[in-house]
Amino acid sequence: MKVRFSSHLAAYTKGASEIEERAATLAELVDRLELRFPGIRFRMIDEQDRIRPHLRFFVGGEPAKDLARPIHAGEDVHILGALSGG
Amino acid sequence: MPKVGPLLLVGTKKGAFFIRGDGARRTWKIAGPQFLGNEANHVVLDPRDGKTILVAAKTGHLGPTVFRSVDKGKTWAEAKRPPAFPKADDPSKGEAVERVFWLTPGHPSEPGVWWAGTVPHGLFRSGDGGATWEPVSGFHRLLEEIRRSSETALSPTPGGAITHSILVDPRDARHMYVGLSTGGVFETSDGAETWAPLNAGSEATFLPDPHPVVGQDPHCIVLHPLRPDILYQQNHCGIYRLDRPEGKWVRIGRSMPEKVGDIGFPIAVHPRDPETVWVFPMDGTEVWPRTSPLGKPAVYASRNGGRTWKRSSEGLPPAQGWFTVFRQAFSTDAAEPVGLYFGTTGGEIWMSRDEGKGWKQIAAHLPQILSIEVAGR
Repeated sequence: MKVRFSSHLAAYTKGASEIEERAATLAELVDRLELRFPGIRFRMIDEQDRIRPHLRFFVGGEPAKDLARPIHAGEDVHILGALSGG
Repeated sequence: MPKVGPLLLVGTKKGAFFIRGDGARRTWKIAGPQFLGNEANHVVLDPRDGKTILVAAKTGHLGPTVFRSVDKGKTWAEAKRPPAFPKADDPSKGEAVERVFWLTPGHPSEPGVWWAGTVPHGLFRSGDGGATWEPVSGFHRLLEEIRRSSETALSPTPGGAITHSILVDPRDARHMYVGLSTGGVFETSDGAETWAPLNAGSEATFLPDPHPVVGQDPHCIVLHPLRPDILYQQNHCGIYRLDRPEGKWVRIGRSMPEKVGDIGFPIAVHPRDPETVWVFPMDGTEVWPRTSPLGKPAVYASRNGGRTWKRSSEGLPPAQGWFTVFRQAFSTDAAEPVGLYFGTTGGEIWMSRDEGKGWKQIAAHLPQILSIEVAGR
């Protein structure tokens, strides 16, 4: 699958806005991202495994609310900064 | 006169800045921002090694973390395990650290130990210079005990439920104080295993009982480094002093001018004279504008432990100055005479080279200033 990032995570992805990964669920994906980009998981996911309030995950173009969301063949993932004022 | 002057470590809403003065403290050079776009709540140099700096950071989108430098800011790395609560049995009800608010280097006898206070309330300890952090279980037991006895004692402020003012007794690594907004002042004598409230005498006028055992709102607590049995606090409900081993706070702010009042966020103590303290009052009347009273910003100094106060505003805007100063944004150096530094909600830094006789602006147009620490003080 393709994983696309908004600029908010560029410090972790070494500037990459798109990478290739393999994972069956979002939970597996964020663990794989942590191995590849140390530190990225906790900036995106809190210690209770909840997606942080101002980040948005989309799987196959659909919003994903939690890490249990399966990722099916052919589905790409977007990890994007939501609107955040101040 | 030293060639190199103080180094100010400045935390702002949009990043960290480092401001170096010359030996005369007349000219200042600004470096930064470091971590642009990160809310840098506290930037602290370890006085024990003189080169480790920790930055408590978060962005509008990303979660909280701690950045570390072991070479005085030349290079940076992120904590391998930032402060985080244990995973709850029911994660939907579990707490998550929203921001690391406060950083305190540990006792000189414990190199590498750091303490962190968070929003929501949490106390965390690092034993490896800030690389990994663990919750302090004794402190979290205290929070649970308070929650069982009161629904309101640990209510969040508009900035969240803040654990701050982590003070380590320079005579005893196991003796510490901490402030909770709201919650009150707490003390441990056994290295953070057990805690007791230390709020007698301080008020909580926002509760039906204004003299509860816990539930007060200490904004900032300081302990005198040479006379650690003398503590001061700027509280939501006034300025207080505590002389140990007595356990009762005395409201020394009663002697402030009535039209100014004794409400504010920060309080700073003279590094050598325990009877000298400085505050920066804000308007706590009617709807609590939290601005400089009447738009006339001023520091107030007491040279006699709080019996009397003197206005210190020469050089500050005489009118239409509506900024205020947050609890971590007023600091001192250790020179003779002592230099005073405060950062404003309007992104300005003001300093006095003569213990408050006159003030000079040394930086402007910075982001909102959250904290100032002076290295080596």
